[in-house]
Amino acid sequence: MNRSILIQFFSFFVYILVQVVLFKNLVLFNTGFCFFYIAFILLLPIETNSLVLMLLGFTMGFFIDIFYNSLGLHAFTLVLIGYIRNYWLAVITPQGGYDAGASPSMAEHGLQWFLVYTVPLVFLHHLTLFLVESAGFSLFWYSMLKTIGSLLFTLTILVVLQYLSPRRRRI
Amino acid sequence: MERLLNFVYTYRAFFTFLLLELFCIWLVVKNNQYQSAAYFNTSNAFFARIHTTSQNIRDYFALTSINALLAQENNQLRKKVERQNQALHFSPTKANTDSALINQYDFISARVINNSTKYYKNFITIDRGENSGIKPGMAVISANNVVGKVKSVSPHYAVLISILNLDEQVSCLIKRTGHFGTVQWDGTNPQLTNLKYIPRHVKPVVGDSIVTSEYNAIFPRGIFVGKIKEIELKEESLFYDIKVELGLDFSKLSFVEVIKNNLKKERDSLETKTIGEPK
Repeated sequence: MNRSILIQFFSFFVYILVQVVLFKNLVLFNTGFCFFYIAFILLLPIETNSLVLMLLGFTMGFFIDIFYNSLGLHAFTLVLIGYIRNYWLAVITPQGGYDAGASPSMAEHGLQWFLVYTVPLVFLHHLTLFLVESAGFSLFWYSMLKTIGSLLFTLTILVVLQYLSPRRRRI
Repeated sequence: MERLLNFVYTYRAFFTFLLLELFCIWLVVKNNQYQSAAYFNTSNAFFARIHTTSQNIRDYFALTSINALLAQENNQLRKKVERQNQALHFSPTKANTDSALINQYDFISARVINNSTKYYKNFITIDRGENSGIKPGMAVISANNVVGKVKSVSPHYAVLISILNLDEQVSCLIKRTGHFGTVQWDGTNPQLTNLKYIPRHVKPVVGDSIVTSEYNAIFPRGIFVGKIKEIELKEESLFYDIKVELGLDFSKLSFVEVIKNNLKKERDSLETKTIGEPK
């Protein structure tokens, strides 16, 4: 248990560093952004308390905001995702429920389940992010275009990383 | 009372959620105010250092284009100096002899260490700050093109509001006719910006140069913004919709100059005395 907390603690900083050093510079066609740090919140163990999720989301968002010069923006969206995540996990519980100590990863639940889990959350995250940033609905359709572009980009990265991560299938 | 506490405890996740979101909204609103004192942004020395390292690597790949740009700028400046010398040579009586006016603007050169053009609110971080004499509100140019204004400073770094930012407005004029309006970006294309509030009776032409006016006390007169690309006049509107093609490619920005207006204090205090505090 202690070891996994330590790993999560380090991965928290690794996610932030990789986001601001690498993915911040990668923008496709002016519309495709990669907000890959959201994976940290999405991949925490299923039983994680939503209070913990929100606080971690806030802290991570705050750090990301410092680098993006957009104080409050990423923190806002990550807290939202942290709050909704557990409700969404409860809705899409597979038959027989989750195993104890399971994490919502592709290795344990398969690609189809993983997409059902991530697509709505990532979409909601990107949409709120762009709407809050433009401070209103005046740029709604342009924000929608950015959201779809970023959704495709972020999801590709997420799924590729899932294939790359070591498979520890629980029996 | 106990029931109330029980209620709060049962829904503690929801209440924490509300509290955190309200706090974030407060941060967003506070950060959007122009020239707010900001500590948690990339002017913070620790976070800026990470960006400097990352920019150092990126600069390596852009060396050729940076060199070409600098050479081009040098060329333009040399031409300008020569033209001015010639003009002075033939009309020495017109030469300006007030040293305060001649030295009105100081230029502080700085390197861009963090830049974005793709968000709705874009900011630029540079590697000079308070110790080099930079203060919030100063104008920033690059090769005689408008870049933005200084938003906040730390001892060694400064964050600029780029003109590619929904909140940034610059007072500008059409060089040929002399009519002034406001340049404000619409958040979509980083190569185009909008010129607003040009009234119906003016006759702008595609290709007209847009330069800064002297009304804002920040930019010197005549800093280039861009050229008119599209003009539209709707039947019922009071003003033209003008699209301006920016003269500067913001995605390739690597060096900028911060302009220090030595007479700003004098002008501001005179205006405050006669007109009153600016809103």
